[in-house]
Amino acid sequence: MIELAARHATGRPVAGTALVAKDGFSARYDLDRIGGTVSRPAHKLAGRSYVGRILVLDTAKGGVASAWMLREMASRGVVPLALVFNTVNPILVQGAVFAELTLLAGFEGDVTAQVPDGATVEIDPARKVLRIV
Amino acid sequence: MRAGKLGCAAQTAIEHQIRVGEFFGAADFVEVTQAHVMADTESLGRAGVEWLEALAREEGARVRVPTITDPRGTDFAKAGVLGQAGWMLDLERRAIAAFRALGVSLTDTCINYQTIQAPVRGESVAFGDTGVVIYCNSVCGARSNFEGGPSALAAGLTGRTPRYGFHLDAQRRATLRVRAEWTPRTLNDWGALGGVIGRLAGNYWQVPVVEGLEAVPGSDALKHFGAAMASFGSVAMFHLVGITPEATRLEDCGGDRLPVAHRVGEAEVRALQDAYRAERDVDVVVFSAPQLSLYELRELAALCDGRQFVRPLLAVTSPQVKPDADRMGYTGRIEAAGGHVLSGMCFYQSYAREIAEANGWKRLATNSAKLANILGGYGYVPLLASMERCVEAAETGRLP
Repeated sequence: MIELAARHATGRPVAGTALVAKDGFSARYDLDRIGGTVSRPAHKLAGRSYVGRILVLDTAKGGVASAWMLREMASRGVVPLALVFNTVNPILVQGAVFAELTLLAGFEGDVTAQVPDGATVEIDPARKVLRIV
Repeated sequence: MRAGKLGCAAQTAIEHQIRVGEFFGAADFVEVTQAHVMADTESLGRAGVEWLEALAREEGARVRVPTITDPRGTDFAKAGVLGQAGWMLDLERRAIAAFRALGVSLTDTCINYQTIQAPVRGESVAFGDTGVVIYCNSVCGARSNFEGGPSALAAGLTGRTPRYGFHLDAQRRATLRVRAEWTPRTLNDWGALGGVIGRLAGNYWQVPVVEGLEAVPGSDALKHFGAAMASFGSVAMFHLVGITPEATRLEDCGGDRLPVAHRVGEAEVRALQDAYRAERDVDVVVFSAPQLSLYELRELAALCDGRQFVRPLLAVTSPQVKPDADRMGYTGRIEAAGGHVLSGMCFYQSYAREIAEANGWKRLATNSAKLANILGGYGYVPLLASMERCVEAAETGRLP
């Protein structure tokens, strides 16, 4: 088991399958929020479903809409299980808090290079750690 | 406030702010003078509108500082042109009623620094819309983080926001030194340059300082420059040496201690623009994101004179600018050519995916680098060109 420490965390403990890419994230710019897939053609996860996955990405991108959208997505069950970033902007934090979604950010090294796509991972926000099972 | 003595709405707001502040290690709060809430109903959805309505029903739920709104999801007078469905308008009406009950002023603008009240240097505010934040931090010298709708509204309800990020002196220092080897002249070139630098910066915590510009850009140029930088890179602040207030000299923002990390010339700007020229045929022309100023509408009206459009041309402005555009005759000249002037909304915040399907719009020409960057995710093929070439495309159906 490998344990990665983060500098920032919010939310409840979760465990699930990681969906990983060295790319950005914006609910408005990148997602088909109805279908539950990554819809931006140039995104490295284009066409893949994010629903119920622990999204492991490089950084938060784009606009402020994600702050509302994460809660709206959660209300329909079309939402990632958790978000993990190398760097995060306030919008994703505000959105995660508003949606009561688990979020982890700020690692030693590139988290997208350390978590294999498809790996089973556990997140413990109280201890600010991500474990690769 | 935490004990609920100022009402449940303020209590909910301060608890939200404390959790956000704790995430970033904020030591305390800073009082704000204004809040600006992004809350189109495409973003809120039914869940967000219901949450807003419940908040507005709480006893004593009123904002404590002037709180204004970003563009809404429609212009009710032009919903038919957009092909919007009745349920979208109903949701907008419910959100508007809730905001009014909370004491929010429905300004419906993303250019409040041009139309409502620009903040001054050192003024702490809680602004939503990334274009508003980057302009006010960089050009006005005010202090704001990106405040998403729930957080900006919370700031309006509590009159404060957690002190982290761009409220701190240290975060406002330059982190990335960029040498501009070419100075744009047109708005879409300024936007594209902002996009290039935004991509190079790459995240919220980077503060580019740009040196070498040979002309002072005006407010509209900086509007497009900043909006694109924020859109492409999630950047919230930049310095232009000798132009923006916290970088009169390179050393004022710490730029002299940084190596020149990137040199950006015309080739880099053209490369970004060329990436949005996959097609020539055009289904719709849109000027939006940010909303157009009176001067942009003046320029557009002049370009429309004597033309008849074969493709829809939509020009989107704020409710403050629209009456002036009407009085000056700009609206009439644009609409005489077959265009439409819309107000109080923004194209990408107005159910862009659904109106594309309703109208058969896919290939969209615009002079906004920000809009081009956003719309790919909505299924459009965005085409980026100057305002003049976009108008020609509306007349012929094809970009020259």
